[in-house]
Amino acid sequence: MKKLASDFSHINGWGVDADPLDVPNYPMKHRTENDNKGMVWERPPQQPELVEILHSNERPSVSAVFGTPNPPSGLSGQLRRFAFKYSESEWTHWLSLLLADRINMIEGIRDDIKRGHFPDFFTELGGHSEWKYNKIGFAKKVLTGIAVTGLLVLLIKGRDDDDSENDSDD
Amino acid sequence: MNFRGPFRVRLDRDKPMPQIEHSGDAIVRVTRSCICGSDLHLYHGLVPDTRIGTTFGHEFIGVVEEIGDAVQNLKVGDNVIVPFNVACGKCVFCEQGLFGNCHESNPQATAVGGIFGYSHTAGGFDGGQAEYVRVPYADVGPTVIPADMDHDDAVLLTDVVPTGYQAAEMGGIKPGDTVVVFGAGPVGIMAAKSAWLFGAGRVIVIDHLEYRLEFVKNYAQCEAYNFRSLEDPVLFIKKTTDWMGADVCIDAVGCEAAGDALQTITGRKLLLQAGSATALHWAINSVKKGGIVSIVGVYGPTGNLIPIGNVVNKGITIRANQASVKRLLPRLIEHVQAGRLNPKGIITHRIPLEEVSDAYHIFSAKLDNCIKPVLIPPSARK
Ligand SMILES: NC(=O)c1ccc[n+]([C@@H]2O[C@H](COP(=O)([O-])OP(=O)(O)OC[C@H]3O[C@@H](n4cnc5c(N)ncnc54)[C@H](O)[C@@H]3O)[C@@H](O)[C@H]2O)c1
Ligand SMILES: [Zn+2]
Ligand SMILES: [Zn+2]
Repeated sequence: MKKLASDFSHINGWGVDADPLDVPNYPMKHRTENDNKGMVWERPPQQPELVEILHSNERPSVSAVFGTPNPPSGLSGQLRRFAFKYSESEWTHWLSLLLADRINMIEGIRDDIKRGHFPDFFTELGGHSEWKYNKIGFAKKVLTGIAVTGLLVLLIKGRDDDDSENDSDD
Repeated sequence: MNFRGPFRVRLDRDKPMPQIEHSGDAIVRVTRSCICGSDLHLYHGLVPDTRIGTTFGHEFIGVVEEIGDAVQNLKVGDNVIVPFNVACGKCVFCEQGLFGNCHESNPQATAVGGIFGYSHTAGGFDGGQAEYVRVPYADVGPTVIPADMDHDDAVLLTDVVPTGYQAAEMGGIKPGDTVVVFGAGPVGIMAAKSAWLFGAGRVIVIDHLEYRLEFVKNYAQCEAYNFRSLEDPVLFIKKTTDWMGADVCIDAVGCEAAGDALQTITGRKLLLQAGSATALHWAINSVKKGGIVSIVGVYGPTGNLIPIGNVVNKGITIRANQASVKRLLPRLIEHVQAGRLNPKGIITHRIPLEEVSDAYHIFSAKLDNCIKPVLIPPSARK
């Protein structure tokens, strides 16, 4: 150890935490008298449940504190309630939540528009920094965007033309 | 800030002021907050139950503005480091120093403790990428910033430094050991730096972003290699360790690893597994028989493809956790004060909170050689 330390004299603090017994922080299992007794601790006071809080079915009730923003609502909320019928061990639990997140995103856009605010996607996606630091990537994205829109327009127009042909057949 | 869906976050001036909701709460006025690699998992839409309207941010410091009736250890006006874990200090896990595994801070999941601004799967708390934040259990986690400490150092003690340090600690490094760190992000950089404190004999960092490799080589005085030019990083590590493998491998990448098409497609595109486990796969296969794999990279709750058979056959020990910030703070403050760790050296960007959308994009897309961005709210810029 001494010899090694001189090899590493260029590193400030080399080996200072090498001896776990020297370091009260070493993560050994620290047994306490409360081990193996279940949920016996003196619980902190309970935060009042003023909004709907979903809790994992792997615990008897909510924890003493929790976050209250964004309680479940709408269709995504229904799906979240459904998800919490399944344990954390079930794919159904997590995949339902992920699906709920995507639905929630659409609900978010709808709510924005309802409030008279059309989301500024360009800014939200960080478009300004993309333009500033990645002009080539930015240009590629814009060109792809134009190309895709162009194609879509052509396709839709093509279909319209078909439709009008059909119409004239009637 | 306000999350609107994958890759979309925005400034929100209409968020209500947080309130005291429990006698142990404090309200903290944020003076600095960072964006973390963990936030990218939320930002990319990979964490289930990330609700629209959530404010992210688990790495913040600030000034105590208001305290609940039961709070005794803090007073209004204190400058505090707020650990990213919400921990009660009373449950059997907190009692054992496992502050990252508290059982009284997250109703929505038992497998993870409460974390500020980290989705409802981690308790549904709003986070610190904001001007004000509600901090539950204010007597337990928050730690007054020592008068002589730079606040840029302090903000990194909320997560990145303890996480990197605990990654090395869990590696059980013995003097002279070869330690391989996967990932040269802020966490990997701190893990490499900390490995020396435990007496590592050789520290090797693997990533594919040249600018980060260049940085970590100097900052952590270690070796650094690009896995794109190595082709097979496992084979490289075997060869460079005299065909034995590394004593300790650290996964500081987590569920958005690059480098393996199958993992990327099944994990990050199709979501058939909880993200891509490329780095963990390499870690397991690069470690020596009987060696230790230490995981701090974050993975989702479902499951991942990893070579578990090799874990058995090689007799590998796996240690992993969310960092127990509160447990480590006293020692880490000593290290910073003694100059053994220089956290603020990794900050590359200071961005006004109002430009949060761009800050996320810059960090996520790794633009402008970004390593660690810090958001500064208007009140802290005066
Ligand atoms: N356990 C904890 O307490 C805790 C705390 C903080 C962060 N984390 C996790 O640690 C991880 C890293 O965080 P960060 O802030 O440094 O993130 P980051 O995104 O800045 O860094 C990740 C790095 O890994 C690199 N990488 C990608 N694929 C790789 C591979 N196959 N091999 C090697 N390197 C690869 C990337 O290029 C990037 O530089 C994240 O998963 C984060 O969620 C865990
Ligand atoms: Zn973090
Ligand atoms: Zn606890």
